[in-house]
Amino acid sequence: MQEEEHWDLRIKPYSKWYELRLKEILRYKDLLFLFVRRDFVAQYKQTILGPLWFFIQPIFTAITFTIIFGNLAEISTDGLPKPLFYMCGITLWNYFADTLTKTSDTFTSNANIFGKVYFPRMIVPLSIVVSNLIKLGIQFLLFILLWIFYILKDDSIIHPNSALLVVPFLIILMGFLGLSFGILISSMTTKYRDLKFLVVFGVQLLMYGSPIVFPLSLVTEKYPHYKLFILANPVTSIIEAFKYAFLGVGEFNWFYLSYSLVFAIVLFFISLIIFHKVEKNFMDTV
Amino acid sequence: MSHIVLKAENISKQYRLGQLGTGTISHDLNRFWAKLRGKEDPYLKVGDVNDRSLIGGSDYVWSLKDINFEVKQGEVLGIIGKNGAGKSTLLKILSQVTTPTTGEVKVKGRIASLLEVGTGFHHELSGRENIFLNGAILGMTKIEIKSKLDEIVEFSGVAKYLDTPVKRYSSGMMVRLAFAVAAHLEPEILIVDEVLAVGDQEFQDKCIGKMKDVSSQGRTVIFVSHNMAAIKSLCKRTIVLKNGETYFDGSVVDGITKYLEALNPSSNTGSIEKHHRTINTGKAFIRTVLLENEEFKNGNSIYFNNEIRITCAVEFLLDIPNVLFDARIISADGIEFMHTMNAYESDFASVKKGMVSIHLDMENRLQPGKYFITLGVHLSDGLTLDYLESILEINVLSVAKNNQKGLIYDFKLGYVRPNATWKIN
Repeated sequence: MQEEEHWDLRIKPYSKWYELRLKEILRYKDLLFLFVRRDFVAQYKQTILGPLWFFIQPIFTAITFTIIFGNLAEISTDGLPKPLFYMCGITLWNYFADTLTKTSDTFTSNANIFGKVYFPRMIVPLSIVVSNLIKLGIQFLLFILLWIFYILKDDSIIHPNSALLVVPFLIILMGFLGLSFGILISSMTTKYRDLKFLVVFGVQLLMYGSPIVFPLSLVTEKYPHYKLFILANPVTSIIEAFKYAFLGVGEFNWFYLSYSLVFAIVLFFISLIIFHKVEKNFMDTV
Repeated sequence: MSHIVLKAENISKQYRLGQLGTGTISHDLNRFWAKLRGKEDPYLKVGDVNDRSLIGGSDYVWSLKDINFEVKQGEVLGIIGKNGAGKSTLLKILSQVTTPTTGEVKVKGRIASLLEVGTGFHHELSGRENIFLNGAILGMTKIEIKSKLDEIVEFSGVAKYLDTPVKRYSSGMMVRLAFAVAAHLEPEILIVDEVLAVGDQEFQDKCIGKMKDVSSQGRTVIFVSHNMAAIKSLCKRTIVLKNGETYFDGSVVDGITKYLEALNPSSNTGSIEKHHRTINTGKAFIRTVLLENEEFKNGNSIYFNNEIRITCAVEFLLDIPNVLFDARIISADGIEFMHTMNAYESDFASVKKGMVSIHLDMENRLQPGKYFITLGVHLSDGLTLDYLESILEINVLSVAKNNQKGLIYDFKLGYVRPNATWKIN
């Protein structure tokens, strides 16, 4: 009986940090899509407006921003039509912010399921990313409609360009950032709940640290010494590039973008390792 | 074909008592520091045995300690133990909800656990949607569920409501649907918690029947329950946990006996506290009341059909020629349904001043459950000398001694079985 036996599964106190069991996620891919489906179907049951809510939120945010930041505060929009400028930022930002906030309570809000049955916990945040990607797709349509409207109205202001080819990459990068921050926070809140309070207003504050309501050029022009802080925010370069691609105004900078990419990759792996470490025992502390 | 499919090696689980918060960070830092220096976790050395009735000195408690066992293919293993013995912790470890603090579990094949029926059911979704969702949570793929959908629906008996949101279901329908999904899971190893025992008789029978099917197909079942009848009918082998340690591992018959022993550890010293007395004339005092019970070391459980033997010591302060002793048996819901007196069986007793010892032997035709015995000492004219209400609690078990025929069914009606003869031609 000395021969090494083969076991399909070993339940151990600790596992090596690199044993991420990613293959399992593939086995549970059906569950991922069922979770996505559940989110969509369940969210708008018994509402009158139903999926229209997907449009209402960005429209009203854009209107509010136009009135407050555009008209009252008179913050520059680089000469672009205000609603279009804001809508462009909001669409991508919402994807990031929603992914982050929703994944950040993966453990606490699913404790009752996680406490009863095992499946790769990563399925839940991944399903949130996919749900939000679909939501982004819907809101993106709204933005495109507005965009086409303004192009038809006056095509001298808006200059879409070849940077459009990078847009899918920008969206993926944004999703990765949201997911990484989200699961990192989620892992850390299982034991210490402090971060949970930070998430809600932290995300809000971060929006003002990203070029959503102002163009990056305004910072360069008025407060050049703050520019570094704004650029340290990995979201900045992505949003700027996104704006540049569609509107022709903004800063498209490969160097800044690679910073965001490296940031996202490093953060993702750190978060993944921490998440994996926490998922095994969080039931004891949550 | 009886190779080992699950092997638990020295698994232990430590929990921290009290609230997380103050001290948690410092303990975490200590752990981290020890790990950095390559030393052992300092908190693994401390920890008390998990006995709720004792207040230990440490903040840490071992919910499970050095559990070792192996399960062979096709075996149905029952795990029993009183509340807090570590059953749920063991199940959580086996179902990968949490990890052991030390030790390792090795598994061959797919393992699925059923700690709850209907995990992940979403109230807004229809029955059909929930079948898919719940099935996927339990580890089935969409194709597997699709191929079994008709069977599941038929088994659940809610075909008519399949497209109605489950929030409109009665709780019974919900449970049936959930169990139908779980019942069609086909893992090599199935772990089932006692929560399945909720529901009506029909549902329970269905659960047990399904689990029997599963094991007859050569799959392994690990079953936790407080329901001895279910354990007995399903399992051949059982592990008894006590305070987080393995108390017994072996045949189901011996296991149940050990479990019941473990359940009644306190011996009944029999001495009577003052406040029990409701009526007393000062002429006689019942000093001790004891349920004689070798099987359970004088605990208050007795086996089904085992004779009830009570010993009392009564102190008389004077000689009395005509004493009447009586005993009443009272059900847990307060009904005095049996009565016996020495005067029914023989004559009044004549006692001398001093201690008198009394033995009462009764045939036990009580149905399983909890009963109380009231004892009284009276004069022949009815004057009560001493009277102790519900002084003795007895717990009649549903199993008989040495695995004789106990209660076959899991329900009981009434309090007493008459000494009856049935003639069927």
